[in-house]
Amino acid sequence: MNRRLLLAIPFGVAAVGGVGFYSILRAMQSGQFDPRGVPSQLIDKPLPEFVLPGFGRAEVVARKAPVVINFFASWCVPCIEEAPVLAALQKSGVPIWGIAYKDKQAATDLFLKRRGNPYAQLARDEDGRVGIEWGVTGVPETYLIDAQGIVRWRFTGPLSNNAARGLSQMMGRT
Amino acid sequence: MIRAWLLALLLFVSPAWAISDPSEALADPAQEARAVEIGKQLRCLVCQNESIEDSGADLARDLRKIVRQHVVAGESEAEITAWMVKRYGDFVRLKPPLNLLTLLLWGSPLVALLIGGLTVLGLRRSSTSTPAPLSEAEKRRLSSLMEP
Repeated sequence: MNRRLLLAIPFGVAAVGGVGFYSILRAMQSGQFDPRGVPSQLIDKPLPEFVLPGFGRAEVVARKAPVVINFFASWCVPCIEEAPVLAALQKSGVPIWGIAYKDKQAATDLFLKRRGNPYAQLARDEDGRVGIEWGVTGVPETYLIDAQGIVRWRFTGPLSNNAARGLSQMMGRT
Repeated sequence: MIRAWLLALLLFVSPAWAISDPSEALADPAQEARAVEIGKQLRCLVCQNESIEDSGADLARDLRKIVRQHVVAGESEAEITAWMVKRYGDFVRLKPPLNLLTLLLWGSPLVALLIGGLTVLGLRRSSTSTPAPLSEAEKRRLSSLMEP
């Protein structure tokens, strides 16, 4: 009896490990879990103070309505992948404000002309300092700011259709 | 001869500087040394197993610059680290602080030692235990076998 129990231990460990790995891989596939992701320090905190050519914290807070803020750049390949998702999101009535991260104005303009411009407002963070204030680790990165100017959600990498759907639902609630 | 050549070649080897662009370094060597010391403890968020001093990523360069600005402003290492943690979280520290979330991480060597120790102890006990003494019947049988 005892020996049989001992034999079951390796199988038990393997089963627990298998279930764990399976759930991690599932979450990675659906975009809910990113092993390289750095958790945002801004979640449930007020937006940091910033002023940029285009808009700053004051303009975001003055809206008194939730808004999606998207960091992007013309040199960023995943941003091209993200462009149609953002366009669809904008068409569905979600206000999106863009911050061009470490990008030259002419390059940004060309990018928006070519890939479409989903942004209601556009700001420029040419030296990337505001990105660091927000804890941005790369582009694209997307934030949801609620009506009180509190950061509620962040997504790193190109928005998937799944994530965009979740975002629209959250917009309805906040 | 070959050895002499090899030695001569060594003269051309330049040390691998942490930063690729010498213009990044501070003019004051003491301040620069402090900045390097602090930067070595900060993780590059792009290539995550490198410190910002070792990384060639754009973001790492920006963070190096910020560390140097803060060093020049006379801030302590704790202040500069806190500045980084506020924006990027504890993950930015290559040596995470001990708290509830990292308890298992810091405790894992102890746990491993405990498991190993218990295993060794268990194996020892089972191998050195003396066999039970012979029963009366066994003794009788043994002596009868040993008789010539």
